Amino acid sequence: MARVVVDVMPKPEILDVQGQAVSRALTRIGVSGIEVRQGKHFELEVDDSVDDETLHRIAGDLLANPVIEDWKVTRL
Amino acid sequence: MRIGVITFPGTLDDVDAARAVRYAGAEAVSLWHGDHDLQGVDAVVVPGGFSYGDYLRAGAIASLAPIMREVVDGAAKGLPVLGICNGFQILCEADLLPGALTRNEKLHFVCRDQALRVENADTAWTSGYGAGEEIVVPVKNAEGRFVAAPETLAEIEGEGRVAFRYVGGNPNGSTNDIAGVTSANGRVVGLMPHPEHAIDLLTGPSVQGLGLFTSVLAAV
Repeated sequence: MARVVVDVMPKPEILDVQGQAVSRALTRIGVSGIEVRQGKHFELEVDDSVDDETLHRIAGDLLANPVIEDWKVTRL
Repeated sequence: MRIGVITFPGTLDDVDAARAVRYAGAEAVSLWHGDHDLQGVDAVVVPGGFSYGDYLRAGAIASLAPIMREVVDGAAKGLPVLGICNGFQILCEADLLPGALTRNEKLHFVCRDQALRVENADTAWTSGYGAGEEIVVPVKNAEGRFVAAPETLAEIEGEGRVAFRYVGGNPNGSTNDIAGVTSANGRVVGLMPHPEHAIDLLTGPSVQGLGLFTSVLAAV
């Protein structure tokens, strides 16, 4: 078994309203100068028979929506 | 004329959609998400709600349900399909419609009566309206902000594939005030507002939503 991480982030050109809201909340705890973008982090326990091509396929077909999100697959 | 209405786990508006189908004079046929069977219906409505609790992304998991494989195959053969709210999100996730629906600009769940302009009155679901006609139907969602890549946007605007546009105020920051879009052949339509809630003055702000359900009667 291998551990694989898939990180999914809104594309840079997509307005990330959740990240903006978090950024604004930071100023309420007295921290300024931080801009947040919010994404998703998936941890996969992967059988050794699953190849990289399959991992990229599931990332692009299901874990991320390529219309609005970028993704990165990392084998740990 | 038989029109299927799909129920997923978490669907809310299937009962109202079926009622709208009956008001239009057709027979409503309940379709179940787990079945590979469209029961020979002439058209399909994918109703609103929170299928699979909006897990992963709104509509993402429902778009892979067994019944959606049948809907995608049917749409390829010209089956009229209407996606309302979560149904619109499902049709985008299933690649039957372009673009995606994202969190509303102000993060608010917006619930109000909304004016729309019918931009394309040549689709299977809008032929009963006049082009440019304005209607008022409820809108209720938190993820209704339509976005698409610039080249996709240019394509759908250039080909007249914006079916409905918000007028009198954009509720969610949707690109170009887009409320609904159609497939290239005009058979598949999706919109965020809820025409099925505007078919009877007892419960809706108008009866102007009924036109979608009567339009499709002429399309099959």
